[in-house]
Amino acid sequence: MTVVLFVTDVAIGSISISLTDLLSSFVDPKGSYISEIIWQFRLPKATTCLLAGAALATGGLLMQTLFRNALAGPDVLGLSSGASLMVAFVLMLGQTSVGFLAIVSSNPWSQVIAASVGGVLVFVLIIAIARFVQDNTSLLIIGLMISAATSSMVAMLQFVSKAEDLQTFIIWSMGSVGSTNWQEVKILALVVLIGTGIAVSQLKSLNALLLGESYARSLGINISSSRLWIVVSTSLLAGSVTAFCGPIAFVGLAVPHLVRLAVPTANHKILLPLVAMGGASMLLLCDVFAHLPNRTQVLPINVITSLIGAPLVIWMIVRNKKVSV
Amino acid sequence: MISAQELSVGFRSRGKEQMLFEKIDVHLPPGELVCFMGSNGVGKSTLLKTLAGLLPPLAGKLTGLDQNVALVLTDKITAINMTVYDLVSFGRYPYLDWRISLSPSNIEIIEDAIRQVHLESLRNRKLNELSDGQLQLVMIAKALAQQTPVILLDEPTAHLDLNNRVEVMNLLRSLSRKLGKSILVTTHELDLALQTADLIWLATANKKIKTGIPEDLVLDGAFDEVFQFKGFDLKTGKIEHEAHRKKEVQLLGTGYSFLWTKNALERSGYGVVEKAKIQITVFGESKTLWKLNGSQFESLATLLAAISHE
Repeated sequence: MTVVLFVTDVAIGSISISLTDLLSSFVDPKGSYISEIIWQFRLPKATTCLLAGAALATGGLLMQTLFRNALAGPDVLGLSSGASLMVAFVLMLGQTSVGFLAIVSSNPWSQVIAASVGGVLVFVLIIAIARFVQDNTSLLIIGLMISAATSSMVAMLQFVSKAEDLQTFIIWSMGSVGSTNWQEVKILALVVLIGTGIAVSQLKSLNALLLGESYARSLGINISSSRLWIVVSTSLLAGSVTAFCGPIAFVGLAVPHLVRLAVPTANHKILLPLVAMGGASMLLLCDVFAHLPNRTQVLPINVITSLIGAPLVIWMIVRNKKVSV
Repeated sequence: MISAQELSVGFRSRGKEQMLFEKIDVHLPPGELVCFMGSNGVGKSTLLKTLAGLLPPLAGKLTGLDQNVALVLTDKITAINMTVYDLVSFGRYPYLDWRISLSPSNIEIIEDAIRQVHLESLRNRKLNELSDGQLQLVMIAKALAQQTPVILLDEPTAHLDLNNRVEVMNLLRSLSRKLGKSILVTTHELDLALQTADLIWLATANKKIKTGIPEDLVLDGAFDEVFQFKGFDLKTGKIEHEAHRKKEVQLLGTGYSFLWTKNALERSGYGVVEKAKIQITVFGESKTLWKLNGSQFESLATLLAAISHE
């Protein structure tokens, strides 16, 4: 399914490309303007969808299991809020000011760097707190509080900034998978790979955490170290995606539920790859819908994720009657 | 064998200590079922978790413990999609690496644990489709799959009906005998503990633990001190009844039917004595019958009604 959606996503865009053209451009990458479009725009975008979807969904699964909370997603740690705050700083204060910040904000990498710095700052804060806090619920609440605090600072910045800067920020906050080039995709792929690798190393702890902390400890799981690694993994996954694509909502929350409802297993060894593939498929599907055929306009990805995702989750819950972690 | 020397148990937070047990010396003998009893809130679960290594002791020494202790706690398991087999296989986790792949010998151990608790027919059932009693048996199977010499269980019979309570306790006792495991069960259900435990640990008011076989503790009044019974006579195992009707009856008969008739009379407020004017005879082979002043009754209810008119 993921492969089909990947191909469809490459094929659909403001210029419709037939399947034969698609195939010929793969065979001969320097053939025509069509292969130019495919290699420079469509493929990086589809790959970004693939990576971002997989990363966000995996992050969501990790958080839902760690906190044993059905409402947790990759953003509960406050990383995307931290990223938003930094991007808001650069976009809204930088564009109109002079000197250092203006140079920073004119750099094409500025949004990525700002988002990364914001994410890393929150990450360091969370890790520092995680070492002192005894239980997972406290960590969850602290993550939510950090989100709330940074969001209000963002709102404050929005209040004082100029209209055009505000619009740039709002467009960033709606998420985008189309603005990445191959170099960025490579970095994203590397970070996502590392994050996923850490997640895989924690499969055993993740399964044991489903029983609660006391049982997990009695089964020989070192809770504080596995909690640390799970947080590190989620931070890498969610943080890198936020840096390159903006805060993409919903995929991380919804996909793990959809997979759990569709596949009756509690074993993360099976869940993790399925959730990653499900996330990739979901974001590819959303991107397909975002590009209306033969139109030049592209809808922001966040508009689509919730629009498609919400009815899907509601339908699955109504059909299955029950949702839980 | 787990043993504790001068062990102090409790909580420590912000430099303040809340001591629940002070300098206790206890041990868990192999092959025996130990019931740990005490009133609510005395710290039974805390001691259990300390013995399991989940909480650090305030002072003292614990020996015979490795990290891997099989535990059955009161924590509710809510995981969606988890099956009986999944949960029992968690017992093998201490022996698995990060790939969590079960070798044939691991699978055999899991199957054997499921057999021990007689849940073969439910092995692929999801946990949320099980009754409380079945769930408790699954947790015990998980503990068995851990293959530890010691199993600690926190209130395994709470929320179960009488039948399931008896099943769980009998199972635990037979497992301790058959497999030579030390099994510790916290409970506040006196009747069950008295009839199944090999050894009782009794949490007393002075932060100590008194140990002994059930009958010794009954006869020396240790239970009465801890539980402060109100209208329950532990030595006869019965609730005390006041003979409020001021009427005495004489009862003739033998066996179960005699005992239950006596029970009914005392519960209804009659004094059952050696010699009295009202005489009741219990007789009958396959069906019990009662005789009073020459007339015959087929049930205790009709007999009681007749006596009240005497």
